[in-house]
Amino acid sequence: MRDVAFLRSPVAHATIRERKKPAGLEDSVFFNEDMTGVLPITTRSSIPGYKVSDYPAIAADRVRFVGEIVAMCVAANRARAEDICDIVEVQYQELDPIVNCAAGRAPGVAPLHEGWADNLFLRTSFDQNMDEVIAKATVAVELELSTSRQVMHPMEGKGVLAWWDYRAGQLVVHSSTQVPHMIRIGLAECLGIPQAIIRVAAPDVGGGFGYKCMLTPEEVAVAWLAYTKQSAFRWIEDRREHLTAGANARQHEYKLKAYADERGKLLGLEADVAVDCGAYSVWPFSACLEAAQAGGNLPGPYDLQAYRCRTVSVATNKPPFAPYRGVARPGVCFAIELTIDAIAKAVGREAWEVRLENLVVASAMPYTNVTKKFYDSGDYPASLLEVKRMIDFDRIRREPRRDARGRYLGVGFATYTEQSAHGTKVFAQWGLPLVPGFDQAHVKLTPDGALEVKAGIHTIGQGLETTLAQIAHEQTRIPLKDIRVTLGDTANTPFSTGAYASRGMVMSGGAVSVAAEIVAGRIKAIAAHLLQARRDAIRFRDGRIFAGEASVSYEDVGRAWYMRPDQLPDEVDRGGLEATGAYKPQIDTGVFSYASHAAYVAVDSETGLVEILDYVICEDCGTLVNPMIVDGQTIGGAAQGVGTALFEESPYDENGQPLASTLIDYLLPGPTELPRFRITHMETPSPYSVHGIKGVGEGGAIAPSAALVNAINDALTPLNATIRQIPASPERILAAIAAARSALDNAA
Amino acid sequence: MKPAPFDYVRPRDLQEALALLADENANAKVFAGGQSLGPMLNLRLARPSKLVDIRHIPDLRVVRADSRSWWIGATFTHAEIEDGVADDFSCGLLPFVARGIAYRAVRNRGTVGGSLAHADPAADWLSTMAAVGATIVLRGQAGERRVPAQQFLLGAFTSEVGSAEILTAIELPRLSAMARWGYYKVCRKTGEFAKAIGVTIQDPQIGLFRILAGSTEGRPLMLARSAEILANRGPDRAAREVRDEIDAALSHVEPGRRQQLVVAVRRSLQKISLLEAA
Repeated sequence: MRDVAFLRSPVAHATIRERKKPAGLEDSVFFNEDMTGVLPITTRSSIPGYKVSDYPAIAADRVRFVGEIVAMCVAANRARAEDICDIVEVQYQELDPIVNCAAGRAPGVAPLHEGWADNLFLRTSFDQNMDEVIAKATVAVELELSTSRQVMHPMEGKGVLAWWDYRAGQLVVHSSTQVPHMIRIGLAECLGIPQAIIRVAAPDVGGGFGYKCMLTPEEVAVAWLAYTKQSAFRWIEDRREHLTAGANARQHEYKLKAYADERGKLLGLEADVAVDCGAYSVWPFSACLEAAQAGGNLPGPYDLQAYRCRTVSVATNKPPFAPYRGVARPGVCFAIELTIDAIAKAVGREAWEVRLENLVVASAMPYTNVTKKFYDSGDYPASLLEVKRMIDFDRIRREPRRDARGRYLGVGFATYTEQSAHGTKVFAQWGLPLVPGFDQAHVKLTPDGALEVKAGIHTIGQGLETTLAQIAHEQTRIPLKDIRVTLGDTANTPFSTGAYASRGMVMSGGAVSVAAEIVAGRIKAIAAHLLQARRDAIRFRDGRIFAGEASVSYEDVGRAWYMRPDQLPDEVDRGGLEATGAYKPQIDTGVFSYASHAAYVAVDSETGLVEILDYVICEDCGTLVNPMIVDGQTIGGAAQGVGTALFEESPYDENGQPLASTLIDYLLPGPTELPRFRITHMETPSPYSVHGIKGVGEGGAIAPSAALVNAINDALTPLNATIRQIPASPERILAAIAAARSALDNAA
Repeated sequence: MKPAPFDYVRPRDLQEALALLADENANAKVFAGGQSLGPMLNLRLARPSKLVDIRHIPDLRVVRADSRSWWIGATFTHAEIEDGVADDFSCGLLPFVARGIAYRAVRNRGTVGGSLAHADPAADWLSTMAAVGATIVLRGQAGERRVPAQQFLLGAFTSEVGSAEILTAIELPRLSAMARWGYYKVCRKTGEFAKAIGVTIQDPQIGLFRILAGSTEGRPLMLARSAEILANRGPDRAAREVRDEIDAALSHVEPGRRQQLVVAVRRSLQKISLLEAA
């Protein structure tokens, strides 16, 4: 096996004048022109007006971000491969970079891609009932908000190992991916070879968060090498590549104007949303998923009748925007929740009261909101009141606004919905080239009475090995210890588009339920025969199969079918003891989890540092399959949300150079920065999914920036300062305090 | 992120190490704990041809003291100072500072001399040694040089240590039982390099009154006027002088940064004030 290192562009925007391979190393260095017949990663979309970008695995004659691959170098180990990168000569003719949304949408700016009329991947607009609201609203608040570019940082970065299996005549690609079946499709398209000769196997991936649900140039390049050289090659992403070339996300800008009555009842919302999309569209989720989600989810959990929203997806000279846990919703939650607090301030009420005034109520469920989101079930106000109780809001308000150290204290709330397991029609509406349909799973009773469960989805640390086994157990009552779950390998699992969009438990869990139910029925039929009983008299109990007091074991059933079929009658079900089940919920619009978060913070007005004193969450993801795993998902997501709120930022300078290329400059929250999240659960089963399950993978990450910044702003009320940009770094907090002070001075 | 090729040697004594460094064609670099140099090698920001690992040289692992001063060898790790493996004559200042450096994993390998030689203005030891009035001891083949810690830094990431020299020890004044110190740093998160450092040390018995603002763009800033007020009128009055003195000395620095330095220094003074009240 040989190691691959990529030579990456040191400049944000340039044409490549010349590339030269070092003498004697011509066979170890690969440029775009070497990859004959390989197609660029191209994400088509059926949305009118969407512009396509061609994203070649190795740059052709132009680079569009710092970190874009210019050459692929191969050697016996990574260090040697990097040595070769050092001596590849590349001459760049630099072009003006587009480093932010404002520059990217300026009139007359040269588009980043050939054949584009302007520099936007997409422009969308939505308008309903706004004009009449504007005329009659008594209160209007305006906000300008922004969220910084972030990088995802799973514990393990991306990695690809590809080799040629001579016996099978197959290209085997081990990839750290959430979506092995999709990657097979994508690789086959780019390489121009049949899917049947590609096998994609995902090992333990060490976290994904969305970075690993798209086809990456590195996957295409390494797979191409293995296919053409019929040999083994490996690339392991390092942290610098991850930071500067890989998992970029989150960067939004908002201009909002909200209209309300004197009680703070939200009457209408106008929004301009700009997404800093980077240089290329990722496959298959496109550069437009973010804006589509932003526009659709901005109204949040509120009863809102009038809404006008324009979005632009701007091409910039930065790494492509990837769908990070929560996709757009951490941004829109931040936006709408700060708006709610601003309305509360304008009408002189507590923010939680105004929130309560506006939340969709349980009696209105199911509720179709202004953007046609179908909120299937739940009691949103109850979750808000629960976190208000948990955080002890009344005590906080009774106590002084400053602590013994002089720090300012504040409390903040946020409530959100998490659309999960959205299905076929939703993805089709977003125009994506690959739309999920039914998820499949395969269940088989082994001759010794154990159960094998195979699903095409992949585990990325969310515990699917446990929870899918629980579902299979629910149907068959085979002890959990005897259930083995296999995931994420195109060679031995049925098709699933994979793990993303908080869909695993609903979709794959549903498929496992269907398949296990079929197998359970056949187990019962064979057991009935062995027990000389009627089939409807058969019961699963205590790890055995009973008819009255007589019983057989699962092994007896397995042995009968596989090893002693002479004991079975001729009319036995020929499907045997294995079945593939397919599932999607009754509705394609997704099932909506929701939660309220509340944060209590202390802000040091001299240093700008924030301490989280308490953080509480009340969440409802329908039926809890495994409460410990739901807690884990919630805590992990909330930890990332704290990063979004207070720490994580990947800034770029005016030349498009990333300023955070190591973890010294890119701050991740560590254990000492995180509070002990206190969680309570509500359990409102969805009427529209099997077992009433809703997804919960993303939710924790959505609300913290909103709750924490609302808390910071509450704390800063005596100083009249407000934070409108995240992360709420010490510099931003001190600047906000200084601005408020000088505004006060000017007024005086 | 793998280093460019280099040779590695582990000299047995200082003479051998200095001889290796003196070879001008060798492009050799001293290596101790590797907590800064290691990442720089991996990022290929440093490309020495040879690493001279001084961790196993016995002369650099000595602590000795007389009635007025004490020496600590350069290759003691932060963790050894934190844990008291190295004897302490600073009334607990050095162990306290050590405990706040990066993370335990870094402290287990990083050395006090290595941190100083790396010359990052945000590093704790640089401010601590300057504040206490230490002397940095450098050895070359020609012999020993001694540089006041306050003048050790030439600029960010450049120090007095020549390419053929080794930072062998730090000599510090021995603090009396009457000594009081305050050390405060502003960090966004545990283990991060400080945005601002404030150090106050007073030891009336040996006439030591020093106040320092650290993690600037270069050498730490000694606040002489504030220190004089500290000596004559106490920490609370000194605290009132800090802003003016920092603003005057660092007028070119952006106000937000100055603010953080002022806060750090004032809080180090506040610590003295609290100690005196107690």
